[in-house]
Amino acid sequence: MSEKLIEVKDLKTQFNGKNGIVTAVDGVSFSVGKGRTLGIVGESGCGKSVTSMSILRLIPAVSGKVAGGEILFEGEDLLKKSEKEMRRIRGNEIAMIFQDSMTGLNPVMTVGKQLVETIRAHNKIDKEAAWKRAEEMLEKVGIPSPAQRLKEFPHQLSGGMRQRVMIAMALSCNAKLLIADEPTTALDVTIQAQILELMNELKKTDQTSIMLITHDMGVVAEMADDVMVMYAGKEVEYADARSVFKNPLHPYTKGLLASIPRLDQDDDRELYTIKGSVPDLDDMPEGCRFCTRCPEAKERCWKEKPGLYDVGGHKVRCFKYEKGEALNGGEQYGAESDTD
Amino acid sequence: MTKYVIKRLLIAIPTFFGITILVYFLSSLAPGSPLEMLMADPMATKEDMEALRAQMGLDQPVIIQYLRWLQNLFQGNLGTSYRTNLPVMGMVLERLGPTLILTIASTVLSVLIAVPLGIVSAYKPYSPWDYISSGLSFIGASTPTFFTGLVFIYVFAVKVGILPMGGMYDSGIETLGSMVRHLILPCLTLTVFNVGSILRQTRGSMMEVFSEDYIRTARAKGLMELRVIIVHGLRNALIPVVTVLSTMIPFLFGGAVVAEQVFSWPGLGSLMVQSINSRDYPTIMGITVVIAAAVLLGNIITDIIYSILDPKIRESR
Repeated sequence: MSEKLIEVKDLKTQFNGKNGIVTAVDGVSFSVGKGRTLGIVGESGCGKSVTSMSILRLIPAVSGKVAGGEILFEGEDLLKKSEKEMRRIRGNEIAMIFQDSMTGLNPVMTVGKQLVETIRAHNKIDKEAAWKRAEEMLEKVGIPSPAQRLKEFPHQLSGGMRQRVMIAMALSCNAKLLIADEPTTALDVTIQAQILELMNELKKTDQTSIMLITHDMGVVAEMADDVMVMYAGKEVEYADARSVFKNPLHPYTKGLLASIPRLDQDDDRELYTIKGSVPDLDDMPEGCRFCTRCPEAKERCWKEKPGLYDVGGHKVRCFKYEKGEALNGGEQYGAESDTD
Repeated sequence: MTKYVIKRLLIAIPTFFGITILVYFLSSLAPGSPLEMLMADPMATKEDMEALRAQMGLDQPVIIQYLRWLQNLFQGNLGTSYRTNLPVMGMVLERLGPTLILTIASTVLSVLIAVPLGIVSAYKPYSPWDYISSGLSFIGASTPTFFTGLVFIYVFAVKVGILPMGGMYDSGIETLGSMVRHLILPCLTLTVFNVGSILRQTRGSMMEVFSEDYIRTARAKGLMELRVIIVHGLRNALIPVVTVLSTMIPFLFGGAVVAEQVFSWPGLGSLMVQSINSRDYPTIMGITVVIAAAVLLGNIITDIIYSILDPKIRESR
């Protein structure tokens, strides 16, 4: 892996729940190399968005806090930065794109004003130059007649257009790390492909690192160099994208992959579904967090917590790999998961 | 934008006619006409009564009476007061100024107090500060205006003696300074009453706005927190606050009636009370029409403020 831009070590984020403190992210570690894309995958509530909010230190103090760990960005711990230093980093060094651009953009402000205020928050330039830069940014993300669009309000743009504006805004200060939280979930499929292509292009030209948060394995396959699968606040599998797709180790990852419809298998079998749902954060099983839904769960899984085992650089949190041996037990998932 | 304003003004015209119809027919249904007062006079003969009736146009059908009244209204003639025998229009206009000064001053003051307090409460909800401000505004809103007014008079005019008890000017000194001194207590009285509802609304809509995605976006862009709150938060939160203000306009005039009475402020309210006591129908109707027109105008103004705040409204209507 290339030089690390950001390294998260043992991140722990807690929220004040109804029945006391709940740990939404429980000791997650990962890193993103320069110019690389890390895909973070998981179901809703697995802690993937909380992870990104923790990196920017945007967890509202009233509801929760980062309780432990380190977030090293270019070697410096973001958790030790002052609020003022964080403001300089937000939008400037680390920028973020959110899922829903309709609610993510301020409805009563023109697109131009929102872009310009971002640019001017981090660059000492006058209004005119900032507007010029905003126009260039819209052009860069492929919005036709940008000067005209700048004067429009978010509701006057289409969903794809708005998401392009969000990306333009995120990239307007040449951020080194782009955190994209479900950037294409709210878009229809053709627009999705365009936005992903745009992000891939920008990554190539600007050498931006991307943290792509999604529940969509297809998007990850399209974009990611590395993949981290999260389940109930913990990483369960973490490796380069090729290994994860070719040779998924964790029963949860296998389940996720088996539940994607595939065109190259024309049999009429039903799609695989992972039974049950994610356990409540304040009601976690004692042992492995996935044991309640795991088709391969043994008695031990219910009692003991598995560690994160390294299988030749491929990390997985499952007792099956305790001795570091890569096994394949794909029969339970309907299809053989090692076929491509 | 201009098109929108013209549209709003055009819609206001039929509303105004509706108001005049209601005012006129409700008044004509009310018991007690000036004739009854004359009837009490033992010297009045039946012929006198009939002559007066014809002179006042009371022998005509109500519709004709209304149309004649309306015609006069558009010529700026609201009739003659039964009580003072002066033209109603002059009496009303003379009193309109002080009422507008009082209501506008207290509205502006209420907004200036309630909106910042509401923002602070919303920013730190369920904090001691939030409880204190909500508690105080609740007390203010549930205390009758006349009582607050009397307490203010007792404390500031009687005990401390720094402010006048009532009236609009010190006798003979019609200066701005004197007027402002007289304005303080009635204005505060109305403000105490109004702050609560504006504060609650600001707090509520600001809290809602704080959980919106675009606030998170604004923070993620690295903006100053104050800018996030004011530029991104307040602008959006103000839209429902303006709604509350527009519904408050009629009550402002209503509250002014009581406050003016307590502080003998020479506004429409005190004229209204005098006129009702002496069954001075032309004056009552005149005041009602003028207040209705003021409320209508206030609603048009809030509509315009709306469209400035919310770009979606600007184009959809």
